[in-house]
Amino acid sequence: MANSTLGIIFSNIQEKNIPELSKRRTMASIPFAGRYRLVDFALSNMVNAGITAVGISTKSNYQSLIDHLGSGKDWDLARKGGGIILLPPYSNDMEKPYTTRLEALMAVSGFLASRREEYVVIYDCDGVARMDIADMLRFHEENDADITMAYSEQKSIDAHYYITLDTDKKSRVKHINITPKLNGKTKVNLYINVMIIKREYLLDLMQRALEHGHTSFSRDILAKNVEDMRIFGYKFNGYYAAIDSLQGYYKHSMEQLDKKVRDELYGARDIYTKVGDSAPTRYLEGAVVNNSLIADGCTIEGTVENSILFRGVKVGKGSVIKNSVVMQKTIIGSNVKLDAVITDKNVVISDRRTLSGCAELPYFIAKGTML
Amino acid sequence: MQRKKECVAMLLAGGQGSRLYALTNNIAKPAVPFGGKYRIIDFPLSNCINSGIDTVGVLTQYEPLELNEYVGNGQPWDLDRAFGGVHILSPYQAKKKSSWFEGTANAIYQNMSFMRKYNPDYVLILSGDHIYKMDYAKMLATHKKTGAACTIAAIEVPIEEASRFGILNVKDDGSIYQFEEKPKIPKSNLASMGIYIFTADKLFSYLEADEKNPSSSKDFGKDVLPAMLNAGEKMYSYIFKGYWKDVGTISSLWESNMDLLGAEPVFDVADPDWKIHSRSALAPPVYVGNTGKVVNSLMAPGCEIDGLVERSVLSCNVVVEKGAVVRDSVIMANTVIKAGATVNYSIVDENVVIEAATVGEERSKATGIAVLGAGIKIGAGANVKGGAMLDSDVKGE
Repeated sequence: MANSTLGIIFSNIQEKNIPELSKRRTMASIPFAGRYRLVDFALSNMVNAGITAVGISTKSNYQSLIDHLGSGKDWDLARKGGGIILLPPYSNDMEKPYTTRLEALMAVSGFLASRREEYVVIYDCDGVARMDIADMLRFHEENDADITMAYSEQKSIDAHYYITLDTDKKSRVKHINITPKLNGKTKVNLYINVMIIKREYLLDLMQRALEHGHTSFSRDILAKNVEDMRIFGYKFNGYYAAIDSLQGYYKHSMEQLDKKVRDELYGARDIYTKVGDSAPTRYLEGAVVNNSLIADGCTIEGTVENSILFRGVKVGKGSVIKNSVVMQKTIIGSNVKLDAVITDKNVVISDRRTLSGCAELPYFIAKGTML
Repeated sequence: MQRKKECVAMLLAGGQGSRLYALTNNIAKPAVPFGGKYRIIDFPLSNCINSGIDTVGVLTQYEPLELNEYVGNGQPWDLDRAFGGVHILSPYQAKKKSSWFEGTANAIYQNMSFMRKYNPDYVLILSGDHIYKMDYAKMLATHKKTGAACTIAAIEVPIEEASRFGILNVKDDGSIYQFEEKPKIPKSNLASMGIYIFTADKLFSYLEADEKNPSSSKDFGKDVLPAMLNAGEKMYSYIFKGYWKDVGTISSLWESNMDLLGAEPVFDVADPDWKIHSRSALAPPVYVGNTGKVVNSLMAPGCEIDGLVERSVLSCNVVVEKGAVVRDSVIMANTVIKAGATVNYSIVDENVVIEAATVGEERSKATGIAVLGAGIKIGAGANVKGGAMLDSDVKGE
């Protein structure tokens, strides 16, 4: 069945939620947990379900994504007649690049029509989870569903736009709520932007939307026709991290220091990512590392506590890095103090600087900044 | 016109590496893990691609499975090419005869058709048991300049150690007038590195002649090179300056791993101008826990450290539990060192489980390096002495 399933990943959707990290990259290429990018979770979940063809829709700032994906071989997706199929934006004087989900789907309608797979898994890159898509496909077939939407029980969400589902005992979706107010105490069924739908059915829906001049896929198509369509909610019980704000990104990054979370996500070693040629990390005399994740190619001479260091980070003598997320190739001089800081790629922090934020408001340093 | 490659490299990777004892029980020496995320063969392969040589034959014979799988299609070294690239060359059955590779020269001779396919002007012969970074292109330029039939890379060694090596006696212009294999009283301190560049035609004709010689042991050092010198061929030395280590013994393998440590390591694997490529394992970043301490060490991804690690090199996915101590050691992939264990001055192969036992002795007092072979279990309370070489389980006390 997986062979008759096509993956579609929307690399840019949801990036309004986290402008700091998506300013110069796609949502899909946001770095996470020391060595991954958000797209790795989507791709790995699909590949582990046996899916061998994945279209990746892009709109803007996709250079880092293309660089990350390469030929797709790191996900075993360098395939004949499939593998990773990049879908660059289409625009001309008449049509601007998409702004809504429906337009995004329209932009790939030609691709969807050209494929032969029976099902499509539509996946956004705004969440971190290790998810059994094969099980979700079984669920979809067993229920003879038109559409299956995956949800996770959550109490709050930072996103600007989100969907919650009301389901009956048989998992049938009875109501689709668009950005309802949440009280932060009651659990709701948060749609996690993973959907299964028959490819031809999707094309029909898109055609109808075009004819009726609809603009919103979830509001005009799903929510309005929930009675007529067989929409099912698939409850995802595992760890789910919504990357829906900088605070959310920070909070979920820190959760990666929890062994239980790491075991669930990475224990089976089947979340794939681009593998580079970095040397192993060197811990020098004077290095103190506690409760931290350290990627390859780092050189550590100072103290690192409750932090995540990406590839190629240098921490100088006497520096103390606490509760921070330090992205690729950040150079930290000596006697620097960082607390609750997120540095984007290629940041340089000179000797003796002290910077701090807090959990609710981590101090963010943009890509390439020299401080 | 026939497509060609100017220079083809042939990497001799068939050796058993018997002086590495348990570490090469099931794998060929070039496949032995090194420096956390490398294997010995990464160094000659990376040197090739960094030197612009993109056609490499890897000659295997002893326990080739893991090596074959590791080299694969050569993609990690950028050696997956439509014309050229890396190829595993195993002994094969031919119409007239079939045989194992008998000596280094015979191994190359049996793969003459592989080399001829690329119509090369030069052939570079390499061995798979050294750790070094070398630009073969410079050596090739010297070879072309002198117009030699053969150029041999040499390194200056301390004269008191020279009797352990094949020694080149050379004139002022670098031309070789004599070889001495492990001389008792060496005349020079120029040791052969086992790296040769031949002008292809010369190599092919001397290999054919050597093959016909019934008294030859079919070895480059013993037979082919002396025959060329006796026949008056132009042979030159090429002096290499830099780090070069034969890791064919337990102690040299240990030392070479330790040379990677420190703020200014003796040997730098992180050199951005000379990348060492490898087939990396997929693993999350290293996690060092609240009780973990890592000092002056090198660690590959996937390790989980809750104990003490000092002056050591750890490969992927090694677990050091709370209360465990690892000092002055090389620990290979997927090994688990449980709470209460102490590992000193040891080389521990892949997939070993060490319960609350004592392995090795403090380096300052040890009689030798303890070696634990792949996949064995050391029970709680066991005491593995310094210098011990183990390839089967040890029950606890």
